[in-house]
Amino acid sequence: MSNPNLTATTRRQKRRLLADAIGGKAIGIGGVWVILTIVLIFFYLLAVVAPIFQSAKVSLSGTYDSPGQAATLLLGIEESGELGYRVTATDVVFFDLEDGTPGETVPLALPPEAQVQSAQPIGINQRHLGLRLSTGQLLIAKVDFRVSFVDDRRVLYPDISYPFGDAPIDLGSLAPQDPLAVTLGEDAVTLVTQSDSRRLNLYQHRVNPLFGTLAANPETESTWTAPIAVERVLLDPQGRWLYLADLNGVIALYDLGNPETPELTSINRLLPDGVRLSAVELLLGGVSVLGADNLGVLHQWSVQRDTENRYSLVEVRNFDLHEPALHLRSEQLRKGVVAASDSGRLLVLHTTAERTLLDKKVLPENSAHFVLGPRADHLLVEDSASRLHHLTLHNPHPEISWSSIWSQVQYEGYTEPDYIWQSSSADNDFEPKFSLVPLSFGTLKAAAYAMLFATPLAIFGAIYTAYFMSPSMRAWVKPSIEIMEALPTVILGFLAGLWLAPVVEDHLLAVFALLLFLPLTFVFSGWLWLRLPAELTRRVPDGWHAALLIPVVLLSAWAAFNIAPLLEQLWFGGSLRIWLEQEAGISYDQRNSLVVGMAMGLAVIPTIFSITEDAIFSVPKHLTFGSLALGATPWQTLTRVVLLTASPGIFSAVMIGLGRAVGETMIVLMATGNTPVMDFNIFQGMRTLSANIAVELPESEVHSTHYRILFLAALVLFIVTFAFNTIAELVRQNLRRKYGNL
Amino acid sequence: MSPEQGNFRTWWRSGAPWIWLNAGAVAISLVVVVGLLALIAARGLAHFWPQDILQITYRTSVETTEVVIGQLAGTEEVTPERFAESAGTPAPTGLESIERWLVKVGNRDRLPADFRWLNHHQIESISTPTELVRVERTEWGDFYGTLSAVLEEGRLVAEGAAAWAALQPRIDRVKTLREQARELQRGAIGRINHQLEGLRLERRSLELKDKATPEALADIELREQQLADEYAVLQQELNALYAAIDRDIILMDTAHSEGVRVPLSHVVEATQPNALSTIEKLGRYFHNIWTFVSTEPREANTEGGVFPAIFGTVMMVLLMSVMVTPFGVIAAVYLREYARQGAVIRLIRIAVNNLAGVPSIVYGVFGLGFFVYLIGGTVDEALFPEALPAPTFGTPGILWASMTLAILTVPVVIVSTEEGLSRIPRAVREGSLALGATKFETLWKVVLPMASPSIMTGVILAIARAAGEVAPLMLVGVVKLAPELPFDGNFPYLHLDRKFMHLGFHIYDVGFQSPNVEAARPLVYATAFLLVAVIIVLNLTVILMRNHLREKYRALEN
Repeated sequence: MSNPNLTATTRRQKRRLLADAIGGKAIGIGGVWVILTIVLIFFYLLAVVAPIFQSAKVSLSGTYDSPGQAATLLLGIEESGELGYRVTATDVVFFDLEDGTPGETVPLALPPEAQVQSAQPIGINQRHLGLRLSTGQLLIAKVDFRVSFVDDRRVLYPDISYPFGDAPIDLGSLAPQDPLAVTLGEDAVTLVTQSDSRRLNLYQHRVNPLFGTLAANPETESTWTAPIAVERVLLDPQGRWLYLADLNGVIALYDLGNPETPELTSINRLLPDGVRLSAVELLLGGVSVLGADNLGVLHQWSVQRDTENRYSLVEVRNFDLHEPALHLRSEQLRKGVVAASDSGRLLVLHTTAERTLLDKKVLPENSAHFVLGPRADHLLVEDSASRLHHLTLHNPHPEISWSSIWSQVQYEGYTEPDYIWQSSSADNDFEPKFSLVPLSFGTLKAAAYAMLFATPLAIFGAIYTAYFMSPSMRAWVKPSIEIMEALPTVILGFLAGLWLAPVVEDHLLAVFALLLFLPLTFVFSGWLWLRLPAELTRRVPDGWHAALLIPVVLLSAWAAFNIAPLLEQLWFGGSLRIWLEQEAGISYDQRNSLVVGMAMGLAVIPTIFSITEDAIFSVPKHLTFGSLALGATPWQTLTRVVLLTASPGIFSAVMIGLGRAVGETMIVLMATGNTPVMDFNIFQGMRTLSANIAVELPESEVHSTHYRILFLAALVLFIVTFAFNTIAELVRQNLRRKYGNL
Repeated sequence: MSPEQGNFRTWWRSGAPWIWLNAGAVAISLVVVVGLLALIAARGLAHFWPQDILQITYRTSVETTEVVIGQLAGTEEVTPERFAESAGTPAPTGLESIERWLVKVGNRDRLPADFRWLNHHQIESISTPTELVRVERTEWGDFYGTLSAVLEEGRLVAEGAAAWAALQPRIDRVKTLREQARELQRGAIGRINHQLEGLRLERRSLELKDKATPEALADIELREQQLADEYAVLQQELNALYAAIDRDIILMDTAHSEGVRVPLSHVVEATQPNALSTIEKLGRYFHNIWTFVSTEPREANTEGGVFPAIFGTVMMVLLMSVMVTPFGVIAAVYLREYARQGAVIRLIRIAVNNLAGVPSIVYGVFGLGFFVYLIGGTVDEALFPEALPAPTFGTPGILWASMTLAILTVPVVIVSTEEGLSRIPRAVREGSLALGATKFETLWKVVLPMASPSIMTGVILAIARAAGEVAPLMLVGVVKLAPELPFDGNFPYLHLDRKFMHLGFHIYDVGFQSPNVEAARPLVYATAFLLVAVIIVLNLTVILMRNHLREKYRALEN
């Protein structure tokens, strides 16, 4: 009944419509997807950066009765946060940190009849315990955890060892409550004790290199009288600095460089009258003392060298804790500190970043014992009713704050606040210095020198090419300058570093002479051209000046490089560079800003040139003709009509060029020394944000603070260049509309 | 513009000096552009010319001279002050400037350094004896001297003048053998290693899935045993080859010692450049160029060729274009043909335009974080759990590098395609629609074919940009020396997870990270020339294409 041809056509028609619909959808989805990908870049960078500005979080993970018998003398947490332990008078009781299930109880190897009366952690990792015995002796024990796998499950076996043997060290007639400080060195153990209120004793026991045991008698021993009534004794992990503190905030600083004669380097009253210390602790590294006073302020005092090379404690910064701190604990891997108050307030701080990351009432009141895990992610607190509270702390990136990135920071060991970028070091107790200021400064410095070199050349060149040059010459001049834009920057960087830098170093005067005198030479050539016989000049058509000047450039360069050495010999004793260093006191790097400026300028010239040239060339011709018809000279027409009309285009060209200079990586990487210095000197190098990323990102640990701050640097570059380009683009679109109206 | 002759003030006021100044800026730019390209070309191409070996009699003090053999690598003139500073000795009196020659003396295993500065005024005489030989070695760089004897298994084969004739076939023989050994190592032995690794992963995968039954394990073990047996046979073959390679030794005399033993197994090539005629030298020249582009680098990339770098660059760029072309075109078609034109699309267009100006290192950072660690890490956990903790895709590699560069270059393709689409006259489109074609058919059969030249332009521009980009690659997959190419005879043939070498990075690495920058310098120039040549050719193609297009559209509009 129905025409088979017709159904075939309808079917075909349907298929076509379907294809149309599917095609349209696919393109829509694909297009939006590509655009979203582009947007994703920004949001992904943001997502990686965001955690460094987040605060810390704490949560109560469990509360349980203190496992085992006897009173707690000291609490401890195993590194991975699986086990906790309590030191009691005779044993160490291990338990599951999560729920308090008692695990092994390891008896301590004590001499007969002896008991532990007090215990204190020793050293950075706090795995060593100093046990003060009822016999007045000290036993150094170490908590070990052996890892083994049972059915692919990780199991920890705790153990107590005695790295210096289980024979206790005699401390003379020392009461268990008297202050004691211990430092474990590579080959010696240093002890500082205080027998009565002002008598101090220092013992240094040598470690037997073969057996690791301690010599029974101290190798070095000294006794002296302190100028203050000592309440706390602190010793830094290297055994160099000894701090004696009384409760009124007077701290005496001793240099133990020679342990036989401890040298009092300074004694400072660090708190005002009537204010008392409530807790004292050393910051990681041992060159800063953290002291909390009864007004609720936490002070950081650092050992600093003054102009006369004397060391003393100086207050570097302080934090408002709102309440006096009952306990202070330093982190073992970072320059952070946690404080607990009577009322159960917990504060998490970071010194370098001057950040209070957490301030929350989560602890029991009047806690008796308080300990921070080795990775600063667990807290264990014993309250007055002997119940244990286990808290989990999430604080991955305390080191960064707006102020530590963009303001001057007082770092430990520096005499004054400064902007420093130094992201890593061999030391464990290193204070990372994450100031983006020197890098941003380097970026701007490199960009500024590049623009200084490129802008005049590119704009003047573009003006001539667009306005004066004969069309036949323009047809090959424009592409040949533009092809430079495609030249890989790695090539420019390599030429700058390996060829230009040595040339500039050897011919410094010639380079400067060229930069200064070349413009004059051009004007002079013009004047000379005017004086040449007209028969000759008439043969060269208008608009070929540039070609005429090519030999002038070559000749000038040849002359400069040949005459400059003679002048250098005459005026600067043979070498301008040596003269600069010795006579003028200007230091000279071979790979410096001048070289970068020239090389990066070269990379930027084509960009600026091309856009400026387009802007000038597309100024409507009737404007020019009108001006010329009214009797203006070409130059007057150019400056008063053409350039004014095209100025937004030139502006946007410069912006885009600047954007390119700011983000350029390879040239600065290869043509500078990459030292993050802040110095306007044209003969010094710099390190830029982009080069810094290229150098450090491959080596940085994924998702560490360092990694994230490098992403921040990338985000800054992204935003800055995007802003530059957007402004330029808007200006350009406006201009285009204006031309359209004219 | 002709003010009356000679009146400086009127001339000055007319603005003519400014015009000259502007012309000067163009002149400088041109000189710099051309000079730069000429410098790279000259240095890069000169490297391959078989230079004469000089025998220099050099006066070291009043009564002593020494003989220096080597090739001239450069000269410079310094002032006496600079000479004193750099040499540490006072400059000789009576000289305005001092000429110094940098001579490559080679023989790194016997001399303190393989480059030496000679003061020109101390050179007594220079000669170029034809019997001087330059031996290119696989280790310790070049060797200069005269050939005195050829030994086979310790016994003398040829001596004196006859030695040279006996040497060449032996070098060829070693070359063939070495090639065979390499073939064996890369081919059969490489395949066995690949299969062994596959079996290891298979076992691990069975364990992870709790399917490690004794039968399955026994099967794997059996296959492992078979491979190990095969391996033992091949290893014997290989040892035999190595023994054959080690058969011959040559004795060479240098300026300082006689009878230096140079095993032929270390020799890549031996030439007597002084004995070559110009035609022969020309032959050598092209031979050297071919060697450069077709062989692998040696000695921490400071010697040998750049084949893996060329291969890596081409492969990465190809992968990138495969990805960037469809997506760029779809996005452009969407923006121009399908999306409703309005403020949002205008904003998106500006954003896309501006992305071309975002620093490339930012894309590298994004690629590392997003592709390598996030996507790559996820892919590893889902598809390659047996290889963990060793990452498969969760580490920089050629796939991530080409994807990063695809994102970097997609704005170029979008902008160029959009431009092409906007140039197509409305009438063409309307004509097609009026004849009953659907929108998609119009697009597919009329619009896109007409826009194809501008799509090509965009893709070529993208390729040119990608080929020269180095900074992002340093983060997402380029390495100084990749042991394996990303494409070989082992299943699945294309190894997208492998790291690769790249010409641009090669320049950076050899020029700035290599232990012997002086020796590597000519090679860096040659590599740079290669890269520049490729990129300029690509760009010239674009320019020609664009001009051609312009003509075509002009014809269409009329």
